[in-house]
Amino acid sequence: MQHAVIFPILVPLITGALLLLPPLQASVNKRRALGGLGLLLLLLSACYGLWQSAGGVQNFYLLGNWPAPFGIVLLQDKVSAIFVLLSTVLACCCWLYSLAGEDERGAYFQPLLQFLLMGIHGAFLTADLFNLFVFFEVLLISSYGLLLHGGGKGRTKAALHYVLLNLLGSALFLLALALLYAMLGSLNMQDMALRISSLAPQQVLIVKAAAGLLLLVFGLKAALLPLHFWLPAAYANASASVAAMFAVMTKVGVYCVMRVFGSLFGDNAAELAGFGRDLLWIAGLATMLLAAVGVVAAQHLKLLVAYLVLLSAGSLLATLALGHTGAVAAVLYYSLHSTLVAAALFLLADLIAAQRGTVQDRLVAGRPLQQAWPLGVLFVIAALAVVGMPPLSGFVAKIWLMQAATDLHSRIALWSVLLFCSLLVLIALTRAGSTLFWRVKAQAVTAQRADAVQFAAVFLLLLASPLLVLFGEPVMQFCVEAATQLQFLPNVRAVGGP
Amino acid sequence: MELVMAIVIGVLTSCGVLLVLRAHTFAVVLGLTMLSYAVNLFIFASGGLTAGKGAVLGVTDIYADPLPQALVLTAIVIGFAMTAFLVILAIRARAELGNDHVDGHSGSRQQQESRF
Repeated sequence: MQHAVIFPILVPLITGALLLLPPLQASVNKRRALGGLGLLLLLLSACYGLWQSAGGVQNFYLLGNWPAPFGIVLLQDKVSAIFVLLSTVLACCCWLYSLAGEDERGAYFQPLLQFLLMGIHGAFLTADLFNLFVFFEVLLISSYGLLLHGGGKGRTKAALHYVLLNLLGSALFLLALALLYAMLGSLNMQDMALRISSLAPQQVLIVKAAAGLLLLVFGLKAALLPLHFWLPAAYANASASVAAMFAVMTKVGVYCVMRVFGSLFGDNAAELAGFGRDLLWIAGLATMLLAAVGVVAAQHLKLLVAYLVLLSAGSLLATLALGHTGAVAAVLYYSLHSTLVAAALFLLADLIAAQRGTVQDRLVAGRPLQQAWPLGVLFVIAALAVVGMPPLSGFVAKIWLMQAATDLHSRIALWSVLLFCSLLVLIALTRAGSTLFWRVKAQAVTAQRADAVQFAAVFLLLLASPLLVLFGEPVMQFCVEAATQLQFLPNVRAVGGP
Repeated sequence: MELVMAIVIGVLTSCGVLLVLRAHTFAVVLGLTMLSYAVNLFIFASGGLTAGKGAVLGVTDIYADPLPQALVLTAIVIGFAMTAFLVILAIRARAELGNDHVDGHSGSRQQQESRF
């Protein structure tokens, strides 16, 4: 099954293309069934990929069978397998949630979701920098469509900012790629890493400039401090299942920093070793502080959750800046936890908003919820997981992040910022929960009760949190192995072979 | 040739940046288009500027680097698609927000300034 590596890209491509054909455009149920079938196949191939990579081999896939440094290479190792499985699980839950009617509020939800997955998985699997750009564009153009799903003024405005910023980001990405190609003569990541380790002195500055541009682009995707302005508006305005799916998008940026900077500017990179770490460290910590303030200041629940996504992106990048293997492993575990829980909170915010009449999810006294009990219990579980209370995955993830800071200075900075932010999040979520569920006036409106599939989607996402703790040992072991594998550079020239 | 190329890229980039900063959707679309032209030329130049050499093997003795040409084709195609999407989005924003400012301000720019 050497072709299994490319399945996570091919399956959503074929499913998405089939979904656009006329026979399926006529019937809602057929569209949903085919979308679900595609996701099921995708889940199977993601699990197979994880199982395959668990053996410790890095699987290369030569597109068109061109030998390695010349053609495009896909690389499936433990890190990419983890992220592919994460986005697939998330997509399944979002798809399930959207079945309650959200997918039909605008055209093309199902195919766009498939194309988004194709782009995300391509970005996770590719080992070629230009190919990474192409998959970025695939995931971006689908995300533009998904962001506008359902229509409305707020969405149009948020989408305009999101699209413009990302187009500028793409231009910068291309500049960086052209600079790197001009200096190194290769776009294969492993090959580039080899060439960076033996750069001529006059080339170092130009490669450094290109690396700075790359950091800017990935920082824009991951919403690092001065580049984060698009995130809160975009996520808070998107429809619920789209916002939940977007929870993995900042992780694409984090993954690219991890992969590209880990392999290109890792410890072997001579003069450029560890480039960007100082900047990431400071910007990451500042992002966390700003996001925590945003969480406290948010006036409605969706915006609050959007700032929580920003907070997790900040903590991931700051920890990544520590640079050693343990930090990367902690980042992997924290990504799993924060993506799934943030997605669950986006879905919950939508369920809560639907039952509160005209005040929606604004944090003011409103009508009592019709299904206060189940929603309240789910909200408490999600909040405890986000804050990092003991029985759930947030606790383990945050402890591990804190342990990743080994020397005194980074420990003082990371611990104080992380704990202070967690305190602010605790206060904000307590206030939000008590306002939404307890400060009631007037009668409950006979709103539409939440659908069973919506509850199932939220429940499945939240189930991940205790599962990550119950199977903590193997998961953490896997993360450590994945982080170790990331440092190890295979010899690409040996891989291809004519 | 290098000097001409550098000047062209520089002029296109600066015009593009200026137009993007105008913050009205039509100007921004034009600015992004100019930026992408500048970027395309830049990619094209990344393989080294040579004259009279073929991109296909066997036509001439020395050949030009074909990869930047492939890259620039990809970038042009993607740039077209993105610009098309952006134009449609800008028209929709003009219709829904009532004006063509990227922040969707109501009223003209003069009114905005006089308010402060």
